[in-house]
Amino acid sequence: MSADLASRPARRATVRRAARHRLLARRRLELALLLGPALLLFGAFVLAPIGIAAYYSLHEWSGFGPISDFVGFDNYRRAFEDDVFRGAISHNLIIAGLSLLIQLPLAIALALLLNRRLRGQGALRLIVFAPYVLSEAITAVLWLLLLQPDGAVDQTLQAVGLGGLVQPWLADRDIVLYTMFAVVTWKYIGFGIILLLAGLQGIPSELRDAAAIDGASPWQATRYVILPLLGPTIRIWIFLSIIGSLQLFDIVWIMTGGGPAGSSATMATYLIDRGFRRYQFGYGSAVAVILFLICFVFALLYQRYALRRDTRGALAQGVG
Amino acid sequence: MATVAQRRPVRPRRWRMRRRDGSVLGGVLTWMAVVVIVVVTVVPLLYVVLSGFRSTGQLNTDPVALPDPWVWSNYRDILTSGDYWRFLLNSTVIAVIATALAVGLGAMAAFALSHYAFKGRELIYGVFTIGLLFPLGVASLPLYLVLRDIGLLESPLGVAIPEAAFSLSITIVILRPFMRAIPQELFDAAMLDGASRLAYFWRILLPLSAPALSTVAILAFVTSWNFYLLPLLVFNETSHFTLPLGVATFQSQYSQDTARILAFTALSMIPSLAFFVFAQRRIVGGLTGAIKG
Repeated sequence: MSADLASRPARRATVRRAARHRLLARRRLELALLLGPALLLFGAFVLAPIGIAAYYSLHEWSGFGPISDFVGFDNYRRAFEDDVFRGAISHNLIIAGLSLLIQLPLAIALALLLNRRLRGQGALRLIVFAPYVLSEAITAVLWLLLLQPDGAVDQTLQAVGLGGLVQPWLADRDIVLYTMFAVVTWKYIGFGIILLLAGLQGIPSELRDAAAIDGASPWQATRYVILPLLGPTIRIWIFLSIIGSLQLFDIVWIMTGGGPAGSSATMATYLIDRGFRRYQFGYGSAVAVILFLICFVFALLYQRYALRRDTRGALAQGVG
Repeated sequence: MATVAQRRPVRPRRWRMRRRDGSVLGGVLTWMAVVVIVVVTVVPLLYVVLSGFRSTGQLNTDPVALPDPWVWSNYRDILTSGDYWRFLLNSTVIAVIATALAVGLGAMAAFALSHYAFKGRELIYGVFTIGLLFPLGVASLPLYLVLRDIGLLESPLGVAIPEAAFSLSITIVILRPFMRAIPQELFDAAMLDGASRLAYFWRILLPLSAPALSTVAILAFVTSWNFYLLPLLVFNETSHFTLPLGVATFQSQYSQDTARILAFTALSMIPSLAFFVFAQRRIVGGLTGAIKG
């Protein structure tokens, strides 16, 4: 045996190497045990479906039987030529734009006003946050009931002398999207307020005092000292709000199904409608890939250009 | 805890501070904001609860009024028919499975990604974060077919497993930095005492990570509880429905009986709101902390 012939130091080296190998093998086994299940689950139910969707999207397929009709990028061309889908994209963008123009200033103003010692602060916090905790489906049913023609909202408006404002909230093609926006605002603004309040509480009050001593008015102190310091929180809120607007589904699906005549359709409701209602799995998959790419590209660009300063890329570093 | 005796001397100072940082105008605006928020938030919820105590006839003649007389039958019928309880049970079973899977596997993965050095570690972490960027809806068509092929349609697992997979992202993104921040000395000491890494994970790291674990558990639970799309796709049979799906379906089924829908909606809000009141600190802190960092 060669081991018998080898000199002692060499044999010791072999033994050490073997021990190290065993250690390495053991660590590899541990890693596989620890990471394997999560990777398997994530790969099978999150990553693979996206890949499969990309594959389906190149075919004309009903979801049943073998998949064979390769059509190249036809589904994508069809999607971008479809007025309903183009409308859906613009609806998502309008919701995102309105969030920035209306929800954000409103949330900032309310957070600034609430950022002081108040009696019953705990209860207030609970109330502000309550709609966010409700499921989207329940929120949708709630507002569907309230917004029925001649229902609670209409009656209330009439009772306070604003009867002229009454509209067919869910039936008028020009109004329904703004109704959706109002419901979305009701549901999510509390989250924005709480997030901004947490940001405000991280700003030392000495800064405001210092600004006051330097002769700044409360408004100036807010505008030039507090708001810039709130920047990171605001940028995160914008990110979440836009991603959320692009993904809007539950509320619209339950309240209007995207109607009337596609006037409140979002990319996600369009996708589910074509895929599951009309069994256009290939076409629906193309829409899914477009939605994915829009979210993904936006997220990467936003991480790179807006969030970089704050978190050095939450994507790479972890949002925590 | 502040006793009465301790509080007394503090009071004047607090009063002075308040006078200084808030002008009268600011005070008035604040209280107006509080009133508006409370009215806009609470009134719709209260309306649903109270209207559940009216009959559909009462609602038709006057949608906005107090119950007169109070009708108990809506709530009683729902609470004595099996549907509500079955939906509640289904939601609970699915949420518990999804949470256990997401937190269990997520903690293991976060440990591997924070305490082992190996090639491709950051890449794997980056892949997990992708799940934060798109909705499950994007994957729904192929996911549906996968579930059909492996026979998980109409099964609670068909909903719980994909939900857990999607929750892994936020779980790992929260847990990894937390585990990394636990002092290295503890790890070194455990190694010196001859513990294996896995023993360190199980006996020391997991107990120390309890606050972060409960945060991610609550996030996963609430996400699963509120989920609508996946149950909608997976379940056809009413007896399998979760609460959100049940409410939405109930609403379209009984559209003539408004009072019953209102009562059903009110009852289905209760678990979420009760859970929220019970776990408020963790939910609010967890969400804002997870996002703000």
